[in-house]
Amino acid sequence: MAYKFDFGAIVPHWELLLNGVVLTTELTVVGSVIGVSLGVLGAWARASRAPVISQIVGVYVELIRNTPFLVQLFFIFFGLPALGVKLTEFQAAVLAMVINLGAYSTEIIRAGILAIPQGQIEAAQSLAMNRVQIFRYVVILPALKKIWPALSSQIVIVMLGSSVCSQIAAEELTFAANYIQAMNFRAFEVYFIVTGVYLVMSILLRWMLKVFGNFLFERRNHV
Amino acid sequence: MSLVELHAIYKSFGELEVLKGIDLRIEEGQVIALIGRSGSGKSTLLRAINGLETINDGTIMVAGKKVGDRDTDLLTLRLNVGMVFQQFNLFPHYTALENVMLSPQVVKKLSKAEAKEVAEEMLIKVGLSDKMLHYPDQLSGGQQQRVAIARALAMKPRVLLCDEVTSALDPELVNEVLAVVRQLAEEGMTLVMVTHEMRFAREVCDKLVFMHQGRIHESGAPEDVFANPKTPELANFVGGLAGAA
Amino acid sequence: MSEFTLWDIVYNLALAARWTVLLSLTAFVLGGGVGLLLLMARTAGNPWAMRLVRGYVELFQGTPLLMQLFIVFFGLPLIGIDVSPWVAAMLGLTLFTSAFLTEIWRGCVESIGFGQWEASASLGMNFRQQMRYIILPQALRIAVPPTVGFSVQVVKGTAVASIIGFVELTKAGTMITNATYAPFTVYGCVAVFYFLICYPLSLYARHLEGKLRHVAR
Repeated sequence: MAYKFDFGAIVPHWELLLNGVVLTTELTVVGSVIGVSLGVLGAWARASRAPVISQIVGVYVELIRNTPFLVQLFFIFFGLPALGVKLTEFQAAVLAMVINLGAYSTEIIRAGILAIPQGQIEAAQSLAMNRVQIFRYVVILPALKKIWPALSSQIVIVMLGSSVCSQIAAEELTFAANYIQAMNFRAFEVYFIVTGVYLVMSILLRWMLKVFGNFLFERRNHV
Repeated sequence: MSLVELHAIYKSFGELEVLKGIDLRIEEGQVIALIGRSGSGKSTLLRAINGLETINDGTIMVAGKKVGDRDTDLLTLRLNVGMVFQQFNLFPHYTALENVMLSPQVVKKLSKAEAKEVAEEMLIKVGLSDKMLHYPDQLSGGQQQRVAIARALAMKPRVLLCDEVTSALDPELVNEVLAVVRQLAEEGMTLVMVTHEMRFAREVCDKLVFMHQGRIHESGAPEDVFANPKTPELANFVGGLAGAA
Repeated sequence: MSEFTLWDIVYNLALAARWTVLLSLTAFVLGGGVGLLLLMARTAGNPWAMRLVRGYVELFQGTPLLMQLFIVFFGLPLIGIDVSPWVAAMLGLTLFTSAFLTEIWRGCVESIGFGQWEASASLGMNFRQQMRYIILPQALRIAVPPTVGFSVQVVKGTAVASIIGFVELTKAGTMITNATYAPFTVYGCVAVFYFLICYPLSLYARHLEGKLRHVAR
């Protein structure tokens, strides 16, 4: 009666899994780059003294942080076509990830900006820099450096969260897993192995973000 | 026309009125020390001249231009007025050289080579030719403050404001910074400094301004001010210093 | 089908939201209990226990919640335990929650200075007494805000349980959408429901954090 595990049943489908890994990676890279950029803009808007813009961004951040990613994804993929916005599965998945990470990174980066001592900004002001120059040369890099670990964790969370994109048939890793188990009826083995793949991917991603951070904040001549 | 003219300056932080009608003229080449107890409004006055504080009433003219209110052309003001802070405020992610080059490059739009030339010149002037590629946290407080002075000078300001530039330093590092300020004074730089270094003020300044409770209580040549204080507040202040020293 | 009014949608979602709340509460309470045990194991000083807990945390923080639910849902039947979506979701979310909470609390315990451990040891206290009387009371105070904050993640995590077929808010949303063909309205309402549950928790966490910072000053 005991169940016979057969992890070998996955082997013939390795190509599907690999495609899934590639798509999950694509989603994560594109989503993170645009999402963090959105976060930088959002953080700037939050920190700026234009109250209306700051409040609009604040509402965006709270709406996203207090609703599940899966619901955001469904709203974008199933709901937006009602407004005439038709997106492919991949586009919808990326958009959802961007909007989600954008909100979280807005808050994270804002905390980094608020941690910059006022004296830094005053020194830059006294050197006749305008607000854009101050943000670009004096504020953003030290701010990012302060919150890089938190931002990295959030990017890993977004990568892992992308597994629910299988629910709109974006053909990423979890979608591949669902597809394989539907063919060979080895659900446990498939999900077990794919979980391992995700674990390796998140360890690698965290390591790469650390390396990238070291490169970004490395002491070198900027001029 | 004076380089800097302050007329009837008022400034409050909420309920607290910190400047209560300040009139002051600063001539080209003059070296002025603002002295007084903490809370007397010296630093606020200095920061107002740089547009770091907006004043509630009165006029500030710098090089013939009205500044200090909300429509101030801060760019022009700050191109004319440099500032050195108590806490140095060097940018931690740039080397000493980059700290000095940054503003000439991005604000004055000098080429990299020109900015570098100016920056090197200023760092040599403050005696840090061997520390150009060091980061702020690799420098002593005195060295950091000298970089900050070089950074302000690289913008070629017409007047330099020094806000307690030695107050955050260990005692043994004070002199190297004062030596640089003294050198600037001797070269004819217009200087306005808030300082607690009375001996230095006496030796270097043309004029002492004693502030008390948001007003200029007394001012004049250093020897007069120290030798013949006309008010009990100044006598008290000078006496307290003598006692402490 | 098309006689679904907005009121019907909201009413049905409200019914389903009860399950979201129930699942969240269960996972949070049970996860908190497991997390506390793991915390004890982690801080007691046994290197093997420490490594084991660290691996556990790494596993749950390094893999998707959806995979964790799948493994519970498809794995338990293989060892002879038949589970309903409710049990699988509860179990999966409990494990998930315990891993995150133990990690949050570890940070709080570690922020209590080493001097407190030494001082209490010098008074002859054993590990349990140190924890009970010295470390936990202090750690608890700083642990409350991030713990409340994490409860928001638990509530949002329950949405993933819809994928293994547990009928809560999100699943109900999908079912109603299939009946009404009004995804924009339905998912919009679903989002509002989640927001109404989560936002007060977020606000409360922020309030607690602010109060703590005020006290610390």
